[in-house]
Amino acid sequence: MGQILEFTPLLIEGTWMTIKLTVVSAVLALVISFVVGLSRLSSSRSVRVLATIYLEFFRGTSALVQMFFMFYVLPLLGLTLSPFTAGVIACGFNLGSYGSEVVRGAVQSVGKGQHEASTALNYTVYQRYRYVLIPQAVPMMIPPFGNLLIELMKLTAVTSLITIADLTFVAQIIRAQTAMTLEPFLLILVIYFLIASVLVGFTDFVARSIARKRHITLAGVRRS
Amino acid sequence: MNWSWTVAADVFPLLLGGLVVTVEATIMGAAVAYVLGLFLAIMKRSHNRPLALTVYWMSEFIRRTPLLVQLYFLFYVLPDLGLFLSPLAAGVIGLGLHFSTYTSEVFRAGIDNVPKGQWEASRSLNYNPLQTWRYVILPQAIPPMIPPLANYLITMFKETPLLAAITVIELFNAANIYSNSYYKYLEPMTLVGLLFLLVSIPAAYLAMRLEKKYTVRR
Repeated sequence: MGQILEFTPLLIEGTWMTIKLTVVSAVLALVISFVVGLSRLSSSRSVRVLATIYLEFFRGTSALVQMFFMFYVLPLLGLTLSPFTAGVIACGFNLGSYGSEVVRGAVQSVGKGQHEASTALNYTVYQRYRYVLIPQAVPMMIPPFGNLLIELMKLTAVTSLITIADLTFVAQIIRAQTAMTLEPFLLILVIYFLIASVLVGFTDFVARSIARKRHITLAGVRRS
Repeated sequence: MNWSWTVAADVFPLLLGGLVVTVEATIMGAAVAYVLGLFLAIMKRSHNRPLALTVYWMSEFIRRTPLLVQLYFLFYVLPDLGLFLSPLAAGVIGLGLHFSTYTSEVFRAGIDNVPKGQWEASRSLNYNPLQTWRYVILPQAIPPMIPPLANYLITMFKETPLLAAITVIELFNAANIYSNSYYKYLEPMTLVGLLFLLVSIPAAYLAMRLEKKYTVRR
């Protein structure tokens, strides 16, 4: 077990890489969720069709296949991505497709009267979404987004297969150099669990503070 | 770089062989996930607090850590502890174990959603526990569980490429081995993507139909 301490700097670097991948692709996934989710509600048929194709493509294929496609196939088509960029795009695009369904579902579940009220007030489409529908939909999105954030964090482990030196990659290095198996893998499982638990706590905190600020009770959120 | 039909025709039979392994791994993994998930759900509902809490945190641990690392764990660590598994067996156990923590939530919610009056009614009819589960609870609990369980089957199908990392030659790995030997990446990877879509889109459509059929209105 003492031997593994020699790898502490490497493990810290790996943990940092996993966190960086998670945060950057979470931001990308969040943007895509809103763009695609709202496009699916567009009144223009062609926008809806494009968004649906995106959704079915990224939700219907495996994330690993998407990652390999971006890392090995796109350079052949003249678009070379660094491993980090390919990893972030694959993770972000993949989870963005799931997130877009969360956005669409939450916006659609805002009562019909709210749509009618914004029409009655002569709001433009932008005003209707910006001031009426989205503010009411956001609290409902937080718990499912929290689950997706954990899925995203777990997905970053797969980027080790396209040569990114994240936690999983570091564990493989330790295994190859020392022939230890139990220690590195158990250790990174615990680190992943801790990162995920912080993310769960963060989601709970966001959900609770929104609930408190707006004086509402949310399903599945403990009141404090 | 242009698409070559010769390469595509060359790699296609290998991919079909891989697809068979992918489907096998999915079905066996799902069987493990469903059976184990049901047991986890029952234990999480147990009145024995230490047992319920232990099972809860064990499944949270599995749920919050990556499947890929769990697969490595099964594949590299267990042989050192004296337990040798074939790559496919390790993959099926890993998939099943990981997703049993998800299916257990489906089972738990399904059972919890049966109204309390139904338990009381079976007691007043003097049903024994077996009769209660067999004739009252399960017939009401199972139909709403079917759509989410079907969705997890599709999710597991899409996760099987991770088994490539522990040397299982499934659909993705079959393409990858070919790609690395001939330096042809475009055709194999594109075909793998298409084959995944070919299975998962109709499957998602079927799951949606199931959802419509089994949605209970109260």
